[in-house]
Amino acid sequence: MSRVPEPGQGGEPRRWIGDRSRREPERSRKEPERPRRDADRPSRRDADRSRRESERPRREVVTSPRTLAPRHPRYPVTREIDEQTRLGEIYMRSLIRTQFRLALFVCTVLGCVVGGLPLLFLLVPDLRAVRLLGIPLPWAVLAGLIYPAFVAGAWLYVRQAERNERHFAELVDRAR
Amino acid sequence: MNTAYGMTAVVLVVLAAVLIGAFGIRLSRTTSDFYVASRTVSPLWNASAIGGEYLSAASFLGIAGLILTYGADMLWLPVGWTGGYLVLLVLVSAPLRRSGAYTLPDFAEARLESMAVRRMAGVLVVLIGWLYLMPQFQSAGLVLRAITGAPEWAGGLLVAAVVAVNVMSGGMRSITFVQAFQYWLKLTALAVPLIFLLLAWRGGGAPGLNARDAAVWALPLAGDREYGLYSTYSLILATFLGTMGLPHVLVRFYTNPDGRAARRTTLVVLSLLGAFYLLPAVYGALGRIYVPELEGSDTVVLALPGHLIGGVAGDLLTALVTAGAFAAFLSTSSGLTVSVAGVIGQDILKGGVRSFRAAAVLAVIVPLALAAAARSLPVADVVGLAFAVAASSFCPLLVLGIWWRRLTPAGAMAGLLAGGGLACLAVLMTIGGGPHSGLLGALLAQPAAWTVPIAFLVMVVVSLLTPSRIPPNVARTMVRLHTPETLDLDRGDWRPRSS
Repeated sequence: MSRVPEPGQGGEPRRWIGDRSRREPERSRKEPERPRRDADRPSRRDADRSRRESERPRREVVTSPRTLAPRHPRYPVTREIDEQTRLGEIYMRSLIRTQFRLALFVCTVLGCVVGGLPLLFLLVPDLRAVRLLGIPLPWAVLAGLIYPAFVAGAWLYVRQAERNERHFAELVDRAR
Repeated sequence: MNTAYGMTAVVLVVLAAVLIGAFGIRLSRTTSDFYVASRTVSPLWNASAIGGEYLSAASFLGIAGLILTYGADMLWLPVGWTGGYLVLLVLVSAPLRRSGAYTLPDFAEARLESMAVRRMAGVLVVLIGWLYLMPQFQSAGLVLRAITGAPEWAGGLLVAAVVAVNVMSGGMRSITFVQAFQYWLKLTALAVPLIFLLLAWRGGGAPGLNARDAAVWALPLAGDREYGLYSTYSLILATFLGTMGLPHVLVRFYTNPDGRAARRTTLVVLSLLGAFYLLPAVYGALGRIYVPELEGSDTVVLALPGHLIGGVAGDLLTALVTAGAFAAFLSTSSGLTVSVAGVIGQDILKGGVRSFRAAAVLAVIVPLALAAAARSLPVADVVGLAFAVAASSFCPLLVLGIWWRRLTPAGAMAGLLAGGGLACLAVLMTIGGGPHSGLLGALLAQPAAWTVPIAFLVMVVVSLLTPSRIPPNVARTMVRLHTPETLDLDRGDWRPRSS
């Protein structure tokens, strides 16, 4: 898919992409993990520092006028994603994998609860006769308690999914 | 039962629906308005509208009837119809909104870049829509006959006519207001009589179930139903996975401003549905105590107020329940008609407002004819079959399409054909030739447990066998589906054709 580079930046950024995509495998191992973690604000500065450290040896071999270039990558991650570089792909895959694992986790819990109940009632018949506030247990669970549980699960999911997205947005925006 | 009260209730609901619909006429001017209400509807309105649209005759009348008949095993039906939204929330809601698709065929086209898949998805939307509409019209006939003694076709015709006019004149915007109104009406119409019923029940010494019912009916997997465990699991699978594949539900998600709002709307929907589904089980249990002779029919909700309370109060409460039932017929039928008409209008006719109107007529006439011709099954059972078809066709398409890059058009088509086709076959054999007995009967009456895995398997295997046909822009589509809208990214230039 061919895309026109942004005006003003001519062909130069293209060389940059090549540079970056050649060296990004070593970075990629750390970067994509981040959106999954909860405590990111303190770790953000650490990550910056560690990246600076990892870049330090490379600075010595740069002899072109680029030595005056700022240390941070000037190339926004959004453009990496837009131009579908390997780095951009890694960012995208990390986001999708994080959200998919969250979804799968919720579905697994749901499957265990919902799939387990009939089996439980079948294997432990005495459980069916237990009464909760005068109501048979199967009715108390299936006609009452399970609904608030659904809402609680959904609320927790929404919170975590939005958090994941916020982390991804910070990660992508930070490189600007 | 006093006919005048019931008639008044029906007339009032129909009139309200038409008036609210007419209120929307001024607001809908362009084709886009007709389809998505310009995306200016707030989350609570939107969630109420989804709830109003979703709670059909099957929820309002059918569940209580089935619980009265079969007991605790049927409690899974409302659980699945609510839990389906949890699955929809985590797997589908935000990416689907971000895809920018109005309808399921739109999504198929956007994700797989294939008109053939789009057409096949369109055919399935129409089939599921008709299968879902048919029992709504049948129930409307049943209720109108019970209330006024009118012939059975009259109720269905009344609902079909109101829906067609409403959809043709107002489009989606008016439908959103009608639907939101209908949810609250339905909740009131079921909750208020229930309070009086429970008071009457306590006043009458709070009688319990008879000994045999307490030992068999009230316990899950206790009756002499053959293959009860299989049926329970199949029902769970169909309802949990089928919700995301219902055409009238997905259209609503486009009315959210962004993916985040889509998630939050789904959360509100879950709460609204959870509140509603607390009620039918109580009706079912009270019905088992007081009117066990209604076993096998859908009318227990209508019969209880008159039986337990009687007098003018009983008549008024029955009228309220009747109003709720008609709200259920009207709202679900409207939503389905919008979806089916949208597909027919865009993909079969030329598109545009005039085609949409012609398609709306077509969308209600076919199920109306089917309702007259087909044998009458419990409404919740037929709706359950529609869920099974949706679970074995659109669920794999959506889940794999959103989360798996290697899905190919060939794989999607093969999966839709295998899963949807087998499920449709089971439905035809159950409705047309059934009821069958033994294992075959159980497999055909609850097909989801085998058709859903087949659909997923076929979709994955055929996709893996055709790696060269992975859509070229899949990476861009994934950006579109999964990144928050606040980020300034290139999401491709695909637009739904209906805009």
